[in-house]
Amino acid sequence: MSESPVPTARGVAVSLEKVRKVYEPNRIVVEGMDLQVNAGEFLAILGPSGCGKSTLLRIIARLLEPDSGTLSITPDNPFQTAYVFQDAHLLPWRSVLDNAALPLELMGIDRTAREAKARAALALVGLMDTESLYPAQLSGGMKMRVSLARALATEPRLLLLDEPFAALDEVNRFHLDVALRQLWQWHGMTVIFVTHSISEAAFLANRAVVLTRRKCQIKLDRQLDLPLERYASFRTDPALAAEISHLLEAMEEE
Amino acid sequence: MKRRLLGIFPALLPLIVLCGATESAVRMGLVKSYLLPAPSAIAQALLVNRVELLGALWKTSEAALAGFALSTVAGIAIAVFLSSSKAVQRAFYPYAVFFQTVPVIAIAPLLVIWFGYGLRTVIASAFVVSIFPVIANTLTGILSTDPALRDLFQLYGASPARTLFQLRFPAALPQILTGLRIAGGLAVIGAIVGEFIGGQGLGSVVDVARTQQRVDKVFAAVLLASVLGLALFGLVSAVSWMTLRRWHASESRD
Repeated sequence: MSESPVPTARGVAVSLEKVRKVYEPNRIVVEGMDLQVNAGEFLAILGPSGCGKSTLLRIIARLLEPDSGTLSITPDNPFQTAYVFQDAHLLPWRSVLDNAALPLELMGIDRTAREAKARAALALVGLMDTESLYPAQLSGGMKMRVSLARALATEPRLLLLDEPFAALDEVNRFHLDVALRQLWQWHGMTVIFVTHSISEAAFLANRAVVLTRRKCQIKLDRQLDLPLERYASFRTDPALAAEISHLLEAMEEE
Repeated sequence: MKRRLLGIFPALLPLIVLCGATESAVRMGLVKSYLLPAPSAIAQALLVNRVELLGALWKTSEAALAGFALSTVAGIAIAVFLSSSKAVQRAFYPYAVFFQTVPVIAIAPLLVIWFGYGLRTVIASAFVVSIFPVIANTLTGILSTDPALRDLFQLYGASPARTLFQLRFPAALPQILTGLRIAGGLAVIGAIVGEFIGGQGLGSVVDVARTQQRVDKVFAAVLLASVLGLALFGLVSAVSWMTLRRWHASESRD
């Protein structure tokens, strides 16, 4: 049962051609990276710690300029990319609602409209009654949900996630994996999810790329032969276990 | 209220013991009263000279508050300027440090030459002494802003001014307030030193009483100067509690 990317008008296509990034002095982090991500695809990027996954994601977010090579995003409109960091990184002096509305505020959206969108995004991640709380009053899992809501509030066409659930306990992580997968199915944005967890990558994505430890080269690029609908019970599915072993094999050689 | 009184009691206990011991030592002739007056003599000096001392306290308060306000505004502005680039920091920060090392007592006569005898010299003295902790703490706070949050602001096209006011300033607030707490006490010291040389207030009362061998009056004036320092510390602490209590560990109840 092979799954093709969800057909959608919302996602964007991302193309990296011969991208190179060098940190001083002569530390090549990314070398000759060619990667095409289709519109509406859920791509997991796997690799050992320090292999350049996060650098790659920052280049795609245009937070970092490559030294050479090109990045193209089609269509390319302002404010269509959202980024979820390793930790929640909320503004501690702002309430949950104001945190979720922050990107919209920076984009110049008026208060009424941005609060409505932020509330809708908070509802999507299951945080309806927390809007007046402050980050210090939230658990780690709730903070991460706010961080996800902040990214979703802008209705992004490209959602970039950099090991977003790595700091959470497994139960919270599983819940958020399911929530993220559902959100992607509903909204059809392009998702690029960086992780070093093979099982998380296999559960979430419809395509996985495994990177080498040095110079961030693509070692394996695999369409995952898994069903579209994936709920918590799917974690014990033999098909998922088979995909995990494929990815594990590639990772183990590193 | 009862809990608050119980909270203050441990801090009051050493003071009560010290006052009792000093009073007994002076009365028994173990300590000469012209070297260390009895607390009762200091209290009497406060009462007898209340008009002169309260007038002096008012003048010192005026100068210390004005110097403190100038330090706050100029210190934060200088720190913002220094934070603009590494090159600016390398060029100018050493001078800020050098400014800190200049002994105010040595330059106080210069201040009299520049600003004349009176309030302006005293304000300048309070300013010179109290500005450095504001610069150093504000700069540290601004430079310590979470890089992920800077990325977030960049992602949504926030201008440098917006990033400064909506991210860097609030994030630096705990450090700024720490700097202001230190600066409050230093402003009082600077004002007293300024009054020794070129002004009227508690500093000049101390100077004149010293020449008259009125140690009880010296102590009374010093006591009032300490109360003024504590009041400024309390003022900044109150502002700190009001602004940080919801989100910063330094002011949270737990």
